[in-house]
Amino acid sequence: MPHDHHDHDHLSPSGHPYRKDNDGQLTYWQTMEIAIRELMVEKGELTPAQIQAQIDAMDARSPANGAAVVARAWTDPEFKQRLLENGSDAAREMGFDIGPMHLVAVENTSDTHNLIVCTLCSCYPRNLLGLPPDWYKTREYRSRAVREPRAVLREFGVELPADMTLRVHDSTADMRYIVLPARPEGTENLTAEDLAKLVTRDSMIGTGLPKAP
Amino acid sequence: MGGDAAGPVPMDGHDFAIWEKRVDALVILGQQRGHFTVDGLRRALEDMGEQAFESMTYYERWVTSLNQNLIEAGVYSLEELGTKMEEVKARGDTYGAVQS
Amino acid sequence: MTLSPGTKVRIKTMAPLGHIRTPHYLRGKTGVVERVLGPFKNPEQLAYMVPAPTRTLYRVRFEMGHIWPDAEAPQDTLDAEIYEHWIDQDAP
Repeated sequence: MPHDHHDHDHLSPSGHPYRKDNDGQLTYWQTMEIAIRELMVEKGELTPAQIQAQIDAMDARSPANGAAVVARAWTDPEFKQRLLENGSDAAREMGFDIGPMHLVAVENTSDTHNLIVCTLCSCYPRNLLGLPPDWYKTREYRSRAVREPRAVLREFGVELPADMTLRVHDSTADMRYIVLPARPEGTENLTAEDLAKLVTRDSMIGTGLPKAP
Repeated sequence: MGGDAAGPVPMDGHDFAIWEKRVDALVILGQQRGHFTVDGLRRALEDMGEQAFESMTYYERWVTSLNQNLIEAGVYSLEELGTKMEEVKARGDTYGAVQS
Repeated sequence: MTLSPGTKVRIKTMAPLGHIRTPHYLRGKTGVVERVLGPFKNPEQLAYMVPAPTRTLYRVRFEMGHIWPDAEAPQDTLDAEIYEHWIDQDAP
């Protein structure tokens, strides 16, 4: 299982190890962060409240936002059409604050699977999904997703049929990509709310598939 | 980086530390203030070289790039940064203890 | 002149030092314009805070078997965003 953290004794509610950032030895980089922040406040560039508001806004974004968009697209063909034509406007239509982000939704079908990577740094639809997972930013993922994507997918537990076309999207420039996964079979009677629970973060990056009902 | 040989994708994750979230926020707000662009941030990251990628964490690299861009934009001087960092260090030994 | 979707294009092989978004692994490779994304300020100038005129940005689709001769599934594709000045207009 890719997301087990069996080596760690103390896990946070999200299943990740706690970071002892407040009581460990102060690092050079933490000192720099504090100094930059205080200088910007002293110079009237920013207020502490603005900085906290930005952190709160980022914390409020999560894959649940993207899942709601996907579930709507699964249940509303006209919305799906608008999403594929202009992802940014479709996300805004649902009330998500995505700022100036240019969002492109790419659709998984019975014969096509999509995978998102940023080989340049860490471009990610963060305004819709929140901050990217650590693995998305690693040298390993960024190097190999464009070179041997099917092998990478196997590490995530996804085995693509040989006759399925895989489309990799290297989002190095101005667009941000989100995968519209294929709606799982046997979900005909589910509401959009229940469908959204099947949509995982990884299924919107392309390294996973939606959960079965 | 794209296309280079590399090992298995590490699946471990971590919850973001508050100092990391603050770096992230300063990066966004610094752009909104018009001091630099995402391209300037990337340029500074790339100029740090491959060694930095191996020896520093993601937000350690980003705070370095943020600083580089703010210095270039004239928001503060290196003298001011150095003085402030010494002042911060003198307050205590842990991140929690040195907040003003 | 804006290139239409479907146009075959070759990516320039030049390699000036500096901040460039065109991935190294695509330089010299041939692909097809998938869609026109429109005008965007040139990041190669934005990175240095100098005036940055807009350039047309394209999404170009490459075949994996062309980029990597030993690709596991040569029919798989890779899409990347390429600025107009990285497209070699003289290439066949």
